[in-house]
Amino acid sequence: MKIRFWGTRGSIPVSLTTADIRVKLIEAVQGARDRRLDHRADIEAYIDGLGFDIAGTYGGHSSCVQIEAGGDEFVVLDMGSGARPFGQSMIERFGPGKPQTYHVFMSHLHWDHIMGFPFFTPIYIPGNRIVVHSCHENVEYAFRRQQREPSFPVDFEQLGADIRFDVLQPDTPYSIAGLTVRAKLQRHAGDSYGWRFEHEGKSVIYSTDSEHRLEDEAECAAFAQFFANADAVIFDAMYSLADAISVKADWGHSSNIVGVELCQMARARRLVMFHHEPAYDDGRIEQVLGETRRFEEITRDGHAVEVLSAWDGLELTL
Amino acid sequence: MELTCRDIGTVRVLSVEGRIDHSRAADFQQALAPYLNDCSAQGQALVLDFGAVDYVSSIGLRALMLAAKQVKAQNGQIAIAALSPVVSEVFQISRFNLVFTIYDSVDAAAAELAK
Ligand SMILES: [Zn+2]
Ligand SMILES: [Zn+2]
Repeated sequence: MKIRFWGTRGSIPVSLTTADIRVKLIEAVQGARDRRLDHRADIEAYIDGLGFDIAGTYGGHSSCVQIEAGGDEFVVLDMGSGARPFGQSMIERFGPGKPQTYHVFMSHLHWDHIMGFPFFTPIYIPGNRIVVHSCHENVEYAFRRQQREPSFPVDFEQLGADIRFDVLQPDTPYSIAGLTVRAKLQRHAGDSYGWRFEHEGKSVIYSTDSEHRLEDEAECAAFAQFFANADAVIFDAMYSLADAISVKADWGHSSNIVGVELCQMARARRLVMFHHEPAYDDGRIEQVLGETRRFEEITRDGHAVEVLSAWDGLELTL
Repeated sequence: MELTCRDIGTVRVLSVEGRIDHSRAADFQQALAPYLNDCSAQGQALVLDFGAVDYVSSIGLRALMLAAKQVKAQNGQIAIAALSPVVSEVFQISRFNLVFTIYDSVDAAAAELAK
């Protein structure tokens, strides 16, 4: 099973600024001062040795994650702004001539999770089939409304693809696109749902926009069970713990600390931090990653959890 | 959970021991409650001596957050002192170092809070 991240930012897309790039350039040039960089290979080796926050970027697209499990039909989680580059890559790969089927699984219907849909080019191409799976009864309304005047020039009725909405029940296993799929209700304004996908002994959890409260013992045990032995847990780690339980309590998001603790309880193999705070720059996200790895290390009790931080473009093979 | 209580001048010092994790956070909260009620503008400033605390989980930190909120509402003063290196790291990573004023030693905390 392969996971491909197209959008990893929380709440609203962001973009690198000129000031951000300047900081990276200064850092990189400073580190290069005493080195011999006569050949292109030397330069490339130097760049490869720089930190990801200097030589790369976490990216700024809002939630969109693809799961590849070898089937003919595509599986994608949420339609944030990352759906645009995802759709683009599909068009480049197949052109308009080869119709495809896309299964979309929705965490919830907040704007940052649906805003990429009108820019997901496959919806305009006749012959494509798109099935939007959701536990929200009003999923179709949300998708139609955002294409309606005066918010968007192309009405839903004008879309060329065959687009269906499939309302699923939580806590019920389904078999879709060759995957076993199950949803779980999460704490978030207007509700959100976490998803568990299984295929040939591998499993991935998508738990974004969820305020996990470990002090509620029943809730904590239920999530530990939902996450149990997962190969990867994609987890909303938007805030620090202090913020998540004070000024930002009830905002519907979780922390890196709670992510590590839940993965330890569930004996999950990997924690993939996701839905990054839009106010954080690359340096800050990298710092949080380092701290979270350290936290996992000092709290480890026999079972190690690999900690990653998702970025637009990350591919993960389970 | 037992908290050892002593006074340094006008400041009350509570010594906490062991792990404040999922199994012990509720006990810790209960043991702390009567002291928090006294920690107001008129009452005594409180120093939590964490010298013998091995570990604090998110639930334990939540209990501390509630304590900080209550004391703030009462216009009281609370601080934490003598964190072990590991607990100090947990405070930094969770940003609880921004919730509490942290002192290297109980004496330093007591001297500051007595002012
Ligand atoms: Zn969101
Ligand atoms: Zn949301």
